[in-house]
Amino acid sequence: MKNPITPAEAVAQIPDGASLMIGGFMGCGTPYTLIEALVTAGKKNLTIISNDNDRVNQGIGRLIREGCVSHVITSHIGLNPETQKGMIDGTIKVDLVPQGTLAEQIRAAGYGLGGVLTKTGLGTVAAKAGETVHLNGEDWIYMPPLKADFALIHAAQADYTGNLTYQLTAQNFNPLMALAADQVICEALEFMPVGTISPDLVRTPGVVVDILVPAQGNRPIKPN
Amino acid sequence: MEYQEIIQRRTARELRPHTLVNLGIGLPTGVAHYVKHEDGVLFQSENGIIGMGGRPPAGAENPYLTDAGGNCVTAVPGAMSLDSALSFGLIRRHVDTCVLGGLEVDETGRLANWMVPGKIVPGMGGAMDLVANAKRIIVAMQHIAKGQPKIVPKCTLPLTADRRIDLIVTDLAVIEPTEEGLVLREYAPGISVEDIIDKTSARLIIPDVVTEMPIAAK
Repeated sequence: MKNPITPAEAVAQIPDGASLMIGGFMGCGTPYTLIEALVTAGKKNLTIISNDNDRVNQGIGRLIREGCVSHVITSHIGLNPETQKGMIDGTIKVDLVPQGTLAEQIRAAGYGLGGVLTKTGLGTVAAKAGETVHLNGEDWIYMPPLKADFALIHAAQADYTGNLTYQLTAQNFNPLMALAADQVICEALEFMPVGTISPDLVRTPGVVVDILVPAQGNRPIKPN
Repeated sequence: MEYQEIIQRRTARELRPHTLVNLGIGLPTGVAHYVKHEDGVLFQSENGIIGMGGRPPAGAENPYLTDAGGNCVTAVPGAMSLDSALSFGLIRRHVDTCVLGGLEVDETGRLANWMVPGKIVPGMGGAMDLVANAKRIIVAMQHIAKGQPKIVPKCTLPLTADRRIDLIVTDLAVIEPTEEGLVLREYAPGISVEDIIDKTSARLIIPDVVTEMPIAAK
């Protein structure tokens, strides 16, 4: 059994300089509660692996605004000019990776595989991040597996063994990251007695989840 | 008709019934307004849904049902939610048509649409995966931007993929990149072939028959 702990207790285990995978896609499925706890704790020098950097001062953008981050590995920073400015000024190292490749690099680490072979990025600057190899008569880009010290993820429901369900488009990178980090911290919207989540609905097995935290409120709805 | 509507109406006619289609954020998203429900086109959004519908009415938003821009959307009956690995597996192997915007397309049909070095560094998001892998790529964009042609002899911006895209739909013309070069297929109502040549810095192949762009509702 994993008894939920407070966000502050959870992030106290994360040292400055740690690498963190953070789930979510433009704020949907993002662990807002844990992010706010990182900001409150004044973490520094973090490496953040995430789909995007959200918007200025929102979601992962909070960590950028508060100066917690020195390195990001991500596919998109287009809606966060503060990350773009950090990249141009040299205060934040930014590695841009095609989104599908990023997902597969994380999945490869989580599934114990040696990397990814993909056509995405061949003949573009993205090829420089990997190694172009010739196999069975075709060119591929090889990208290594990508792991992290911690994964911070968001779930719809958790039971007290850590079994997780996700809701609609809030899945995105969360179930992939849950397998690819040394320590997995999950904030969940709802806690369920063991046995009440149908086995068919569990998308992340509790055995990979280390720490549970109650999410403090729903994702705020932004005007379209 | 506003330029966006011309491009969206014409692009909508290119989508094949009962296929999976990915629409980029911005102008391409609006293509969905001109696709009839009975055509059975399923819109896939890379953040993790097949069967994305339009915007919900105010007050009916679900904060966990969004498009790739993080904005609230709806799901049509028969929709499915997915994680990012499955989403991109579909993109690499099963998305029929992808519609996205462009900064430049050149005479070889190569597309640049993800960065302007030193100025805009948004990141490629899912664009490189889509352009490298989807079966059919349609670039839907304004013909010129800030007075400058966007259809150019050779891309000066970093490429999105080393692949010839399949069709360019603009507010002035429909152009098909081929082995031989860029072939002008259609002109927009009220636009002459000479206007198009004048506003395109790439060389255009002008076949004997160039037709008016059909942009009425199907």
